[in-house]
Order: sequence, then structure tokens, then C-alpha cells
Amino acid sequence: MPDLSPLWLTLRIASLATLIVFVFAVAFAWIIARFTFWGRDLLDAFLTLPLVMPPTVLGYYLIVVWGRNGWLGAWLHVHLGISLMFTWQGAVLAATVVAFPLLFKSARAAFEGVNSEYEKAARILGDNEIQVFFRVTLPLSARGLVAGTMLAFARAMGDFGATLMIAGNIQGKTQTAAMAVFDAVQVGDYVLANTLVAIMSVVCVTILVMTNKLGAKRIQ
Amino acid sequence: MRLEVDIRKTLRSRDRTFVLEASFSSQDDLTVIFGASGSGKSLTIQSIAGLVRPDSGRIAVGGELLFDDSQGVNLPTRERKMGYLFQDYALFPHLSVQENIAYPLKKTWYLGLSSGQRQEVAEIMAAFELTHLAGSYPSELSGGQRQRVALARALIKKPSILLLDEPFSALDSMLRHRMRMELLEIRQKFAVPLVVITHDPADVEVFADTLVEFENGKIKEVSRRKKNNSGQG
Repeated sequence: MPDLSPLWLTLRIASLATLIVFVFAVAFAWIIARFTFWGRDLLDAFLTLPLVMPPTVLGYYLIVVWGRNGWLGAWLHVHLGISLMFTWQGAVLAATVVAFPLLFKSARAAFEGVNSEYEKAARILGDNEIQVFFRVTLPLSARGLVAGTMLAFARAMGDFGATLMIAGNIQGKTQTAAMAVFDAVQVGDYVLANTLVAIMSVVCVTILVMTNKLGAKRIQ
Repeated sequence: MRLEVDIRKTLRSRDRTFVLEASFSSQDDLTVIFGASGSGKSLTIQSIAGLVRPDSGRIAVGGELLFDDSQGVNLPTRERKMGYLFQDYALFPHLSVQENIAYPLKKTWYLGLSSGQRQEVAEIMAAFELTHLAGSYPSELSGGQRQRVALARALIKKPSILLLDEPFSALDSMLRHRMRMELLEIRQKFAVPLVVITHDPADVEVFADTLVEFENGKIKEVSRRKKNNSGQG
């Protein structure tokens, strides 16, 4: 039986990253969809950047910011004695950043797709802005949000470059499934490589099929 | 019911500027705002409802000041206690007929309705002949049914005034006549003053005790044509 522990680590990292992505991506998407302000397009571009940037470049930026001598990393190290470098938490950070744009983009489109008449109607019927969001905007954009979340999860699961830069490839500590595949091929362990590849492929295909189904059945 | 409107609003797009200057008042319980599309009537009732903020001026309904820029008053939409019928009704597509009608009563998603509120919803559904459709969704309803659901939802909290934005334009002509009569009955039954905006002269015939005519963002004429025995305001 090949060692499948990298899969469990991947699952843990991807789940946590998706959770963090959900909070921030939905919040930013809502702000950008809802308000017009100076620098909005620039902010949108900045938040979408991880989608097009090479993962290693992204990883490099993460080191610049979060590394032991980085802008935030130095502060964390001095004041809290924490470093994200070469830890599984660092891998969560990398996965969060690479997965962020996928949900952010879907969520923005979903929020902008909600007919503003429904939100106006809710206000007239006595809702404040928080109630409007939870009772009208969120349910009407739920499909887009769920689809985006699933895509973000799939992306978080599969990251290689950014994770390697910040968390390394330490067996049993930061070695995710994607990296275990790389190592297995390097040493010629094709049983392990095939097993991991098969499982990851099935998961990704399942997620994509489910995402497409959600996209097809929209509330009119 | 006294409705006083005296507002100005300038809208600018790339190649055109629209200036709304609307000043009128109405004592009657049936007021029609009449004009071509783009004449500013829609902007006017959206200002009354608080969906649009005028640049300057004053709006008062039944003696209550809703907007006055010189005094810094601008009541948020949710506090204006208006009924508003959207042109295409804006029924929440993710909620059933019953849930749509109960929407203004239920303020949180985790608490159910009290038995008194359930009773209220049941009564208004019966009054609008919607009981058998309680579990249906808006997409499954006919135009006339949608309008009744929207009216029930707008009236369940007993608004001080009901604003209607082109209420019959989405209906075919047969149904239009019937719904006009229904609306008059509803007005009697719920004793709620109506403000109807329309470009259809037939609506003027039926509803206008006070007629406010708009043209290019200005008031062309305000006339009283009292004939609807609209009761005491």
C-alpha cells in the first residue's frame, strides 16, 4: 500500500485555505461589485494577479512579505516568535493566494448578476443593508459562490510552485500530494505516482462536473 | 393624505444631461403622475421612496418629512413605510408566494413567524385569492397572479402610501382592465392612498383625482379631476 499521507495533508491545507479564501474573496467581491470608488479597477487587477502570475514568482513575493526577514514575517518572528517558512501553515498561505482569484472572480460576477430591483424591493420592505445582503443578495448569488468555492478548492489542492517556494517539500511535514507525485516520479516509484495521480484526477474532474452543473441551472 | 414634492435632480451621462425639477402637491388619495417615458416621473417616485436621493428640495408624505436637504433630513428607505409596486413586481425568485408575502414580517432567517403573523399572512393571501398558490414560486405564476402577490407583499405592513410604477404595463389588455378594477377595490379595502405613474391615458381616466403631468423633467400641469369619491384623506 503506497503512503497516502500527503493526500491527507493536501486535504487539510486546501480546506483551510478555501475557508480563508471564502471570507476574503466574498468580502472584496461584494465591495467591488457594489461600490464605485477610486482605484477600483486597480484593486480588481491586483486581486486577480495570482491567476496569471507564475506560481514561483508568486512564491517569491510571499517570501518577500512573509519570510523571516520579510515585511510582515519579521514582525511575526520578533513579536510572536512565529515563522511560516517551511511549515504546513506556510503551505496554507500559498494555497490561499493562488486560489483567491478563482472565487473572487466568480463571486464578483455572481453579485453583479443579482438584479438590483430585488435589493431595492428588500429595502422598501424594511431591510437594512446587512439584511438585504443575507436575505436577498447572498441566496440569489449562491450558485456562483458555491461554484467559485469549488474551483478555489481544486486550485488550492493542486498548487506546486508557490507552495514549494514558501513551505518547501519536506516529507511528512509540508509534502503535499502534488509534490509527492514529483518525488515519486524522480525515484521511479510509479505505483505511488499512479495512485496519487488517479485520486487527484478523479477529485478534480468531479469538482469540475459539479461546477458546470451549478452554472447551468441558474435561478432566473 | 397630503403628498408634497419639491425636488431637483440632475443626471449626467456622457452625451446628455437630464434635469428633473418637480414641484407639486396632492391632497387626494388617488394621484396619477402621467408622462412619456424619460419624462422624470419614475425618478420622482423613486425619490419619494428613498431609492434615489434628490440634489435638493423637500418631500413630505402625510405631514411626515422624508427628505429636506436644507435641514439635513433624508430618511433611509427602510424607515419610510412605503408600499411600492415595481413595474415587473420584483418578487424574490428564491422565495415562495407565502415567503414573499411574509418577507416584511420576518426580519431574521432563523426565527419563524409568530402565530399572529402566520394568521396575518393567511388572511392577506385569502383576500388576494392566493391561498392555493402559497407554495408556488414566482416563475410559476401568471402576470395577474404575480401582481397580486406583489400587492399583498406591499400592503401587509399597512404602508402609509402605495406607489405604483407603471402597474399594468406588463399585463395584456384584457387583464389590464380587470386589475384596474381590483386595484380600486384594494384601495377601498386597505384604505391606502395610491400614487400611480403611467403613460397610459386609460389609467388617468380610472385613477386620477389629482393628475400631475410631466414633460422633459418638468411639471407641465397639475389638475384636480375629483370623481373617484376617494374618501377622507
